[in-house]
Amino acid sequence: MSLRIVVTVKYVPDATGDRHFADDLTVDRDDVDGLLSELDEYAVEQALQIAEEADDAEVTVLTVGPEDAKDALRKALSMGADKAIHVEDDDLHGTDAMGTSLVLAKAIEKAGYDLVISGMASTDGAAGVVPALLAERLGVPQVTLLSEVAVEDGVVTGRRDGDTASEQLQAQLPAVVSVTDQSGEARYPSFKGIMAAKKKPVQAWDLSDLDIEAEEVGLEGAWTKVESATERPARTAGTIVKDEGEGGKQLAEFLASQKFI
Amino acid sequence: MAEVLVYVDHVDGAVRKPTLELLTLARRIGEPVAVALGAGAENTASTLAEHGATRVLTHDAAEYADYLVVPKVDALQAAYEAVSPAAVLVSSSAEGKEIAARLALRIGSGIITDAVDLEAGAEGPVATQSVFAASFSTKSRVSKGTPVITVKPNSAAVEAAPAAGAVEALAVSFSAQATGTKVTARTPRESTGRPDLTEAAIVVSGGRGVNGAENFSIIEALADSLGAAVGASRAAVDAGWYPHTNQVGQTGKSVSPQLYIASGISGAIQHRAGMQTSKTIVAINKDAEAPIFELVDYGVVGDLFEVVPQLTEEIKSRKG
Ligand SMILES: Cc1cc2nc3c(=O)[nH]c(=O)nc-3n(C[C@H](O)[C@H](O)[C@H](O)COP(=O)(O)OP(=O)(O)OC[C@H]3O[C@@H](n4cnc5c(N)ncnc54)[C@H](O)[C@@H]3O)c2cc1C
Ligand SMILES: Nc1ncnc2c1ncn2[C@@H]1O[C@H](COP(=O)(O)O)[C@@H](O)[C@H]1O
Repeated sequence: MSLRIVVTVKYVPDATGDRHFADDLTVDRDDVDGLLSELDEYAVEQALQIAEEADDAEVTVLTVGPEDAKDALRKALSMGADKAIHVEDDDLHGTDAMGTSLVLAKAIEKAGYDLVISGMASTDGAAGVVPALLAERLGVPQVTLLSEVAVEDGVVTGRRDGDTASEQLQAQLPAVVSVTDQSGEARYPSFKGIMAAKKKPVQAWDLSDLDIEAEEVGLEGAWTKVESATERPARTAGTIVKDEGEGGKQLAEFLASQKFI
Repeated sequence: MAEVLVYVDHVDGAVRKPTLELLTLARRIGEPVAVALGAGAENTASTLAEHGATRVLTHDAAEYADYLVVPKVDALQAAYEAVSPAAVLVSSSAEGKEIAARLALRIGSGIITDAVDLEAGAEGPVATQSVFAASFSTKSRVSKGTPVITVKPNSAAVEAAPAAGAVEALAVSFSAQATGTKVTARTPRESTGRPDLTEAAIVVSGGRGVNGAENFSIIEALADSLGAAVGASRAAVDAGWYPHTNQVGQTGKSVSPQLYIASGISGAIQHRAGMQTSKTIVAINKDAEAPIFELVDYGVVGDLFEVVPQLTEEIKSRKG
């Protein structure tokens, strides 16, 4: 039986661009270039490595996002994923983590899976909660924040470096895994990979394909409400001195004036 | 007055500082009821009482140490059902966010993660979050169910507020999912003797400019002179000069100390994401154009190998 791996990938506004909010207090995705979240490249990489180790495996990349999110799928396909699913629907605008996890979970179930691999956090929202929510919704083990991962004989193992300890984890498939940026550099798409990706299938689903009502998602369905967003005032320009032999002492004087010494 | 559930982060009964900060915030919206799980849970009670916990619900079972996350979610849900709180507060560690998210989903509530402030509002607690690498600040509230909110360390002052802190046994029955992910081995982090990075009042960080693992002793000496924690940029971590647990930034720790000192760090957006909410920022960099200087309260353009040791000596002599 083939090992079915679904990788969840998010299309995010470029972090080095000028990110801001739209009038309805959702993230403005129109004026900033987007890309495959860099942290999800690590998830694609681990999926491809696990697939290469397995006798027979299929890697599907899944995104929930606007039209342009296809770019993220193309990138993952050109890295080597086999096929892609794009969930797109106008009613998804403004969906929060709870809603996103609902859509992802329904799509994962519809696609069929043995292993779900997510990134550690999205580079825009960065809540890092979607993988745990997916495990809760799917009712399968959560094996998250792994800096090392392996799958053998239907068992996933990995290392999770926590705050106070480093833990070795183990669970039966099916399971939801998330990987950190310590899990190993993601490969660059080769020219051949980029060409091949153009011919790989991208399935499009909307909410009705997933039996989800419009009210369950989007701004209406969100269980949280952003009431205001204000740009942080620019920090007042600090004092900058050039070291001419006394820089350390001058800095100490500043720290003393601020009562740190 | 409504009760507010506070999930206790502790190591064998020693309560971690962010939990005491949660108690300060919880008192703004109601009466804090603490939930402490696992080995040593009962030993947390006196500290929690000193900081305002009216009740401390405790439960210990092997499952908390032997399986990942879900047993704790089961217990927090049991506490939620027993207390019917006005809100649930958890500190924003990686595990804290996972526990909070799964609880919120189970009880049909919205979740706000990584709050940096919390106040009472007409329609429930209002949380302040810092987004887009701290370039924006938002105010949000939970619009469905009982607000579940995770709060970043250093978001509030620890305050003494003596309360009863009566210990009560919590009844917990584990779900079928509780034993899904087994912890087969655990290696506790070795203590460096320095303060914990996320809890420290002062953080001293080094980057690629430190140029070698052995040179980090210069950064450590400065940190020790100030009683500070040591941080590192990803470039320094990737080069193998300092452990990943000390990385500050988007994929490392997010810190918000009173004072942040960056040496040999350029100030890339992903690094800023983890330190930009620091109260006072100081940088030492030989490149006057380095973006870190846009953030600083005080910057020295110079060679860190000259400036940092001089600073350390000066601090030592001032402290006597
Ligand atoms: C998805 C993603 C996540 C990331 N997460 C993080 C993260 O969590 N944390 C993080 O830090 N980065 C992160 N990064 C990397 C980030 O983009 C930068 O590459 C990194 O922060 C650079 O580290 P640096 O400032 O130490 O090195 P550099 O950018 O190389 O800067 C070194 C600085 O040292 C100065 N210098 C050199 N020698 C001296 C000297 N003798 N005296 C004084 N100054 C000197 C130089 O002028 C320069 O400004 C992430 C990147 C990505 C794509
Ligand atoms: N809209 C989305 N489409 C696909 N995957 C997503 C989406 N949002 C989040 N994810 C996945 O969940 C992980 C954690 O995201 P978050 O909880 O938003 O920080 C990401 O790294 C992705 O793997």
